[in-house]
Amino acid sequence: MLTPAPELLPDKFLRWFAARGWSPREHQLALLQKARAQRSALLIAPTGAGKTLAGFLPTLVELSGGASRTASTGRGVQRSTGLHTLYISPLKALAVDIARNLERPVAEMQLPIKVETRTGDTPVSRRQRQRRYPPDILLTTPEQLALLLASADAPFLFKSLKRIVLDELHALVTSKRGDLLSLGLARLFRMAPDITAIGLSATVAEPEQLSRFLVPQTPGAIASADLVVATGGAAPIVEMLDTRERLPWAGHSARHALGEIYDLIKRHKTSLMFVNTRSQAEMLFQELWAMNDDGLAIALHHGSLDVAQRRKVEDAMAAGRLRGVVCTSSLDLGIDWGDIDLVINVGAPKGASRLMQRIGRANHRLDEPSRAIMVPANRFEVLECRVAIDAIAENAQDTPPLRTGSLDVLAQHVLGCACGEPFLADALYDEVRSAAPYADLSRKDFDDVVDFVATGGYALKSYERFARIRQGPDGKWRVTNPRVRQMYRLNVGTIVEEQMLKVRLVRSRRGGAGSTGVIARGGRVLGEIEEYFIEGLVAGDTFVFGGEVVRYEALANDEVYVSRASDKDAKVPSYAGGKFPLSTYLAERVRQLLADKSAWNGLPEQVREWLSMQILLSRVPGPRELVVETFPRGGKTYLVCYPFEGRLAHQTLGMLVTRRLERARARPLGFVANEYALAVWAVGDLSAMIRQGRLDLAQLFAPDMLGDDLEAWLAESALMKRTFRNCALISGLIPRRFAGEEKSRRQMLFSTDLVYDVLSKHQPDHVLLRAARSDAATGLLDIRRLSDMLARIHGHIIHKDLERVSPLAVPVLLEIGVETVYGEASDELLAETAEELVREAMG
Amino acid sequence: MHARLATADESRSAVALLDVAGVQFVADASGALFWDAEQLLIVSDLHLEKGSSFATRGILLPPYDTAATLARLTTVIARYDPRCVIALGDSFHDAKAHGRLAGADRDAIAAMQAGRDWIWIAGNHDPLPPASLSGSVASEIAIGPICFRHEPTGEAGEIAGHLHPKARVATRGRSIERRCIASDGVRAVMPSFGAYTGGLSIRDRAFAKIFATLAFTVHLLGDNRLHAMPAARCC
Repeated sequence: MLTPAPELLPDKFLRWFAARGWSPREHQLALLQKARAQRSALLIAPTGAGKTLAGFLPTLVELSGGASRTASTGRGVQRSTGLHTLYISPLKALAVDIARNLERPVAEMQLPIKVETRTGDTPVSRRQRQRRYPPDILLTTPEQLALLLASADAPFLFKSLKRIVLDELHALVTSKRGDLLSLGLARLFRMAPDITAIGLSATVAEPEQLSRFLVPQTPGAIASADLVVATGGAAPIVEMLDTRERLPWAGHSARHALGEIYDLIKRHKTSLMFVNTRSQAEMLFQELWAMNDDGLAIALHHGSLDVAQRRKVEDAMAAGRLRGVVCTSSLDLGIDWGDIDLVINVGAPKGASRLMQRIGRANHRLDEPSRAIMVPANRFEVLECRVAIDAIAENAQDTPPLRTGSLDVLAQHVLGCACGEPFLADALYDEVRSAAPYADLSRKDFDDVVDFVATGGYALKSYERFARIRQGPDGKWRVTNPRVRQMYRLNVGTIVEEQMLKVRLVRSRRGGAGSTGVIARGGRVLGEIEEYFIEGLVAGDTFVFGGEVVRYEALANDEVYVSRASDKDAKVPSYAGGKFPLSTYLAERVRQLLADKSAWNGLPEQVREWLSMQILLSRVPGPRELVVETFPRGGKTYLVCYPFEGRLAHQTLGMLVTRRLERARARPLGFVANEYALAVWAVGDLSAMIRQGRLDLAQLFAPDMLGDDLEAWLAESALMKRTFRNCALISGLIPRRFAGEEKSRRQMLFSTDLVYDVLSKHQPDHVLLRAARSDAATGLLDIRRLSDMLARIHGHIIHKDLERVSPLAVPVLLEIGVETVYGEASDELLAETAEELVREAMG
Repeated sequence: MHARLATADESRSAVALLDVAGVQFVADASGALFWDAEQLLIVSDLHLEKGSSFATRGILLPPYDTAATLARLTTVIARYDPRCVIALGDSFHDAKAHGRLAGADRDAIAAMQAGRDWIWIAGNHDPLPPASLSGSVASEIAIGPICFRHEPTGEAGEIAGHLHPKARVATRGRSIERRCIASDGVRAVMPSFGAYTGGLSIRDRAFAKIFATLAFTVHLLGDNRLHAMPAARCC
């Protein structure tokens, strides 16, 4: 039974609510009640439900009477008697935004409360002052919390702490930042045992699981925070664009629907257009401007753009001066951008919860429905959009399960602990296990991590004299020299940025091939681009960046020089897919939709016809089945299968299947994977080999491929090396920054790839390799999902021996030449390139 | 034609022939050069004890690089059984590196040196002779038309190291980066042999001082063989 508002809210607050024409919402009161009962709580609420205010109300109320909490410094300056509430957000922009939003109630009710932010941008002088004279409420990020905890001031700073508020918890816990935060929380709970936590989250699939994050865990038992679920909120209205145009077979551009998208923008006040990747954003923006005869104010926003340019867009947006913004997930999280009345999701939604959060961006008022329109870019995406819309109607969620804490983050944390104060291994082990992601951490893993932090954790014990932390006679581990502290401070955090290069626009110097001369310096900075993308280009290649087609000229001094190209189409279609794979849940629903013909009524005519043809000419996969088609084409044989497990898992599958086909002497040449299917092509006649029993599909897709084959492939895989690099940087094996300066990989004196090669040969069970392998299971290689799939289809493989390509196979085959074609064997690629050159030269 | 077809030839194609100033060398996929007529094997930039060198500064790289480098060197020496080995400078990552060598690594070096001449060319990382090891020390050495020294000057007949040449070949949206031997037939720059030594792109300005134009060839070190590529094709 809920206590009535007047008992929970002082008059001052009731009057403030009334003056604004508001009344306190039920979940806001519920959180007040939890606070009064000294309980930690997880609030699950959709966007626009007044979530942030709910999180802060208990603190504002507790501090509202509080003349006793401030003391005069004697110079008329009131200073706080200690930190009361710590607020953690995943984005520093969000922390700043929230601080601004808090100012209003604090000022209007004249509350004696000091609110400050602390982010990477906060000046050193203010940071120092905050440590000595903390505000009542400090708004910060997980990284800053780690830094505060690693300082000698931590016990003083946090001894007065009463509450911690974690915003956008659903977003924080899915990454290594969540691991780091959980370890910081464990530390806080030990320093200030009486604090309670409030978690604020969008709707998730497993709220009980998430609520464990907010309270210390004890071995053998599950402790959870109380759940508060905000009710109400009008159901969103989500539709799929019923295009008048022909639906493309493949691609991610949705070019066919541009006119219709433009009309939608025209008919609404402000539209937010979400796409999945930077390049899609670039393309859509460019095309919309090309047809913008009405001069609508349409802007572009993505993470690679110059910061100043992004701020300009955000300000224009907040001021209501824009009619449309094309954006990527850079706008996914809760910052308030004003009045948006339509969300257009272009391309695949990838996940139901992700889509729901995007749709929540439209219409920040709870009682009015958000409106969204899905624009699938190809036929498979139609299926994905259909099931996502159904999932939203059922309010089904597909957020990922809580992570198992990674060992590289733990290593960083252990070093941070030693920087703060000497620790006893037994006590720290218990403390670490009180963090939900690390509840099941084994003592061996913990000890290995401590050993790693101390001397690198090598079987060859040659680094004792270089130890970073050392055990004293009292049994406590302490930092050996001040340089270690400095190194820790410079390298804290778990966000390993993709190596980015500045892109500068210069004048073309065509015909300069072969010259070693250096290109003219200067030129306007357009933004930043991933280094790995540039590495795949040769001078003269064109691609879209900053809304225009540019020509790659040169890479010099870690900057990319491009010139304006007259071409209308870019030659290199930068990574068209996206970094989020199709969620397991949506994949499952797509398979069900395919298998249930009666459900096809909800699909556009063109798609129904496509699927009907597939039934006629081959087979539409059943929910458990793996349909494998083989057919000849252009002198090669193609093998196409449809696991629907997302691009990452399919790429891994492609690598492993190719290895096996090689061993079966089928002479595979390459493969291409998309979210739904995998296509492999070979010189050998695969159809005949299967017919004659020389190739057994059950064996080809047998789960044992995840054994030795996987190990052998991982040893040389570029993706694995990238995964290892992240672990090496996060764990502190390799510093990202030395004494203030940031080193780019180019300037680094050694490469993590070489370290990986040597380590995996000489100590394959090293703790960092274990960390990297466990990342690979869910990260870039998505091995866990692949293994679930192989188990699912075991005994349900259906081979269709076809004479030509099937309707379902067309989309993935169309991606050959558009998507990167894989094959790890670089020797072969080099030889092939050499041969191409010979052919060129010899005519 | 697909490259896999060449598998049968792999053991034979692990080497390529390379002419420098009229002398024919065998280029080995490991990055070593062999002068058959002189029974001379040349390796450059071993950077032994690079791992422990970083460890002294608190960066605890795996301490296995020296053993890994020496194991590869042992294999190459066994393959050619040369009369003399020239280590073309920067054999040790820092001036104190040879003092940090583990006993087993010291033994491995001694075993390789047994029964043959060994010349340590001084490099910028190791200007002092490794007093605790055998072998003679020189700042440079000339044999016939060829001059071996650590830092390249661009002189005709010069074989040098120091720059750690690597090259990247981009093709079909992918790129492959490898260490390489860079040569225009008149002079050559050798790749680094050490396990932790990365490289410098052959398109870097440093190479423009050695090769006036891009009319030189890079021999990329593949897993099992060398791949010759015009420098202009690389980045």
